[in-house]
Amino acid sequence: MAMDSAPEAAYTSTTAHLAAVAERQERIRRTLEGGLAQDRRRRVREGVITSSLFLAAAISVLTTAGIIYTLGIETFHFFQRVSIVDFLTDTQWTPLFTEKHFGIAPLAVATLLVSSIAMLVSLPLGLLAAIGLAEYLPLRLARVIKPILEILAGVPTVVYGYFALLFVTPLLQRFIPNLQVFNALSAGLVMGIMILPLVASLSQDAMLAVPQSLREAAYALGATKLEVVWRVILPASLSGIVASFILAVSRAVGETMIVVIAMGNTPRLSFNPLEQMQAMTAYIVQVSLGDTPHGTLEYQTIFAVGATLFLITMVLNLLSFRLLRRFREIYQ
Amino acid sequence: MTGTQLRTTVGTDTEFQPRLPLRRKVGAVFGALTVVAMAIGLLTLAALIVDVVRDGWTVLSWDFIRSFPSRRPSEAGIRSALIGTVYIMVLVAIIAFPLGVSAAVYLEEFAPKNRLTSFIELNISNLAAVPSIVYGLLGLGIFVRALTLGPSLIAGALTLILLILPIIIIAGREALRAVPPSIREAGYALGASRWQTVRMFVLPVAMPGILTGTILALSRAIGETAPLITIGALTYIAFTPKSLLDPFTVLPIQIYNWVSRPQPAFHQLAAGGIIILLAMLLTFNGLAIVLRARLQRQIRD
Amino acid sequence: MTAPTTEHRHIVVPPGSVALRIENLSVWYAAYQAIRDISMVIPERSITAIIGPSGCGKSTLLRALNRLHDTTPGARVEGHVWRNGVDLYAPTTDPVWVRRHIGMIFQRPNPFPKSIFENVAFGLRVNGYRGTVVERVEQALRAAALWDEVKDKLHTSALALSGGQQQRLCIARALAVKPEILLMDEPCSALDPVATMRIEDLMRELAKSYTIVIVTHNMQQASRVSDYTAFMLAGEDRIGELIEYAPTREIFLRPRDRRTEDYITGRIG
Repeated sequence: MAMDSAPEAAYTSTTAHLAAVAERQERIRRTLEGGLAQDRRRRVREGVITSSLFLAAAISVLTTAGIIYTLGIETFHFFQRVSIVDFLTDTQWTPLFTEKHFGIAPLAVATLLVSSIAMLVSLPLGLLAAIGLAEYLPLRLARVIKPILEILAGVPTVVYGYFALLFVTPLLQRFIPNLQVFNALSAGLVMGIMILPLVASLSQDAMLAVPQSLREAAYALGATKLEVVWRVILPASLSGIVASFILAVSRAVGETMIVVIAMGNTPRLSFNPLEQMQAMTAYIVQVSLGDTPHGTLEYQTIFAVGATLFLITMVLNLLSFRLLRRFREIYQ
Repeated sequence: MTGTQLRTTVGTDTEFQPRLPLRRKVGAVFGALTVVAMAIGLLTLAALIVDVVRDGWTVLSWDFIRSFPSRRPSEAGIRSALIGTVYIMVLVAIIAFPLGVSAAVYLEEFAPKNRLTSFIELNISNLAAVPSIVYGLLGLGIFVRALTLGPSLIAGALTLILLILPIIIIAGREALRAVPPSIREAGYALGASRWQTVRMFVLPVAMPGILTGTILALSRAIGETAPLITIGALTYIAFTPKSLLDPFTVLPIQIYNWVSRPQPAFHQLAAGGIIILLAMLLTFNGLAIVLRARLQRQIRD
Repeated sequence: MTAPTTEHRHIVVPPGSVALRIENLSVWYAAYQAIRDISMVIPERSITAIIGPSGCGKSTLLRALNRLHDTTPGARVEGHVWRNGVDLYAPTTDPVWVRRHIGMIFQRPNPFPKSIFENVAFGLRVNGYRGTVVERVEQALRAAALWDEVKDKLHTSALALSGGQQQRLCIARALAVKPEILLMDEPCSALDPVATMRIEDLMRELAKSYTIVIVTHNMQQASRVSDYTAFMLAGEDRIGELIEYAPTREIFLRPRDRRTEDYITGRIG
């Protein structure tokens, strides 16, 4: 303004001066309005973009709603024809036979048995591998080994099924002659190896989140590496490790192709891992492979079994997330 | 408690019995155990690959890739399965990628911190851990029956899209979170709006990470069998789909079909199919590793 | 610019009362050297302060004295630290044994996420204490002037204590295993003035029976509590060196090296 005042003072005619002022005001007004319009356009565009991005994120909510709706409605029809008490207490599952029984127990026990075997493999091995990766191996070696281990998690499950049926079972039969061709043992062992990287990776993350200062405190008191791991790092990262275990159980319960291929398709209530049996997921696949007309009881059974599966895994997942959140709160 | 001498031998420590040699030994044994645990994983992976290659390499030939499946093992091939897998892969990629990135951008850059947002986040984490067969049931109920798409290519692709969206979103958010705030500030300082800043400054930096996550999610989709069987994909198909509404099969289903037959000749075909499938996945993962390396270099510079 | 003369870096200690003799000590983090060729003698039952601007390697030197660098990937130490004729860096010396006898207090209080009692008992358990753990825990807490404040809540989480209490708990934890030397790495930098004063009083008390080496960036603290002071500085090559070492009064009243004087009068750092 101070710069402008000098030439302005040179105007002898006030009209010329006023005209110049008016012209400049007009220019400012136009720029401002143009800017506002542009601003409005920009705000509208931002709003449209934000809304469409939100819609993309909302698809996940729709997916969950879709799952609950689909499973819910068919399960509802199922329980109109089969009593929920029979479903939970009957010890036979024979919906595909003439004499129909609808007890989930044989399928649930098979799933439980194979998952337990898998956990017996993946929990200790996964935790040990995590400790090795986080605390024992030199950083460079750990960086090489971790991605190779993670390949195990990327191998398609149908390939594990092949491996369990045609490599592990024949191998085990050399030592266990009465092992059946289809059995829970091979399926469980292979599933355990498949889940190992999940446990190792998540547990390692939990251990690495324990502050370095706690490690140093323990070392400075004359603890050995094992004591630092065992008495400080593991207790401090416990909730994170448990969260990884629970997620692993959820993964095992929902695993399908390994049990379809290597554990068999005969629903019988058995606790013997050397025998064949049918897991919940395997039943769904078995029915899907046939041509099941919509609306039949058979069609509805797979949704009832699927709903059971969904409920179990969802409870496990949410439990795991809750533990993880508590773990993160401690170290932030 | 006067300044006692630092003793040169461990045994004379009267108040303490540190038993250092024993603790050292136990520690070494435990360290060895962790190595054994990793070795078991790595050896199983090696055994799996050796077993499959040994069983399957004899059936690998140009005819194996070019032929349709057949009742006679010597004439059978993976043509329909391979083409089905490629179709599904392309469909899934072109739909899931933009959706996943949009959702990730929304949650990471735009979403207000409120209950709805944290509900969506929890929901996505849960979906990523829902068994794949449940997605099969969802696809069967919604796409195949309610939308009457039948057990078609598009129904299969949509099912797998829903399956891998959570994975893409989670990976995308991690990639976006890794973008330093200074880059966003640079955008705002130039007067760019939020979306302009994201599009011009943030996304290019995050893109290698997003692509890596997407590729890994896609390789998950390629390997899926159970949800596609559940929606009714055929296990034996001697033609290639001509439209989105045609029935289809994919490589893992073809492999399952051959494994489930009793004759060893079909098992060899399964092994052959597995070699092709693993080769595809390996290529994909190699691509992801290259991208990740580029990303890490970019961040360092 | 005068070349550093070695006579500024020696103190006179009677032969029988040397706690640690540091000889030509150098430390590298991967390819980058942090401190170069440090030699000094730490006298017994006294407080030796190490001062210097940030990045001069004073913490690095301290952490070399209990072989804590062994736990950091990529760190490498050359030179010797002697204690009663034993080289702490000899291949036959177990670092675990070294750390059991040379305790350490860290910059930020780092209690384990366990109860107050279990924090103090930790070192006793791993080192196979033969006496009664409960008694020893009480002794250690009394020695750290914390007993009266926590005696009624020994089994509650240590993380619920205030910052100053946590730091005294860490001192109690270190004292419990009866070390002969205490290393303190800026123990008051995370504390308020009142808590700082309590720790300083405690240090004077402990110096009657322990050898204390304290790293501090606070010159007032060094002049208040220490008997001897070492001044370190990183040169143009950013490698830390010992510049001057003398009884505390002398170094603050009559610094011999120009750089020491500049630092003490606030002209560098």
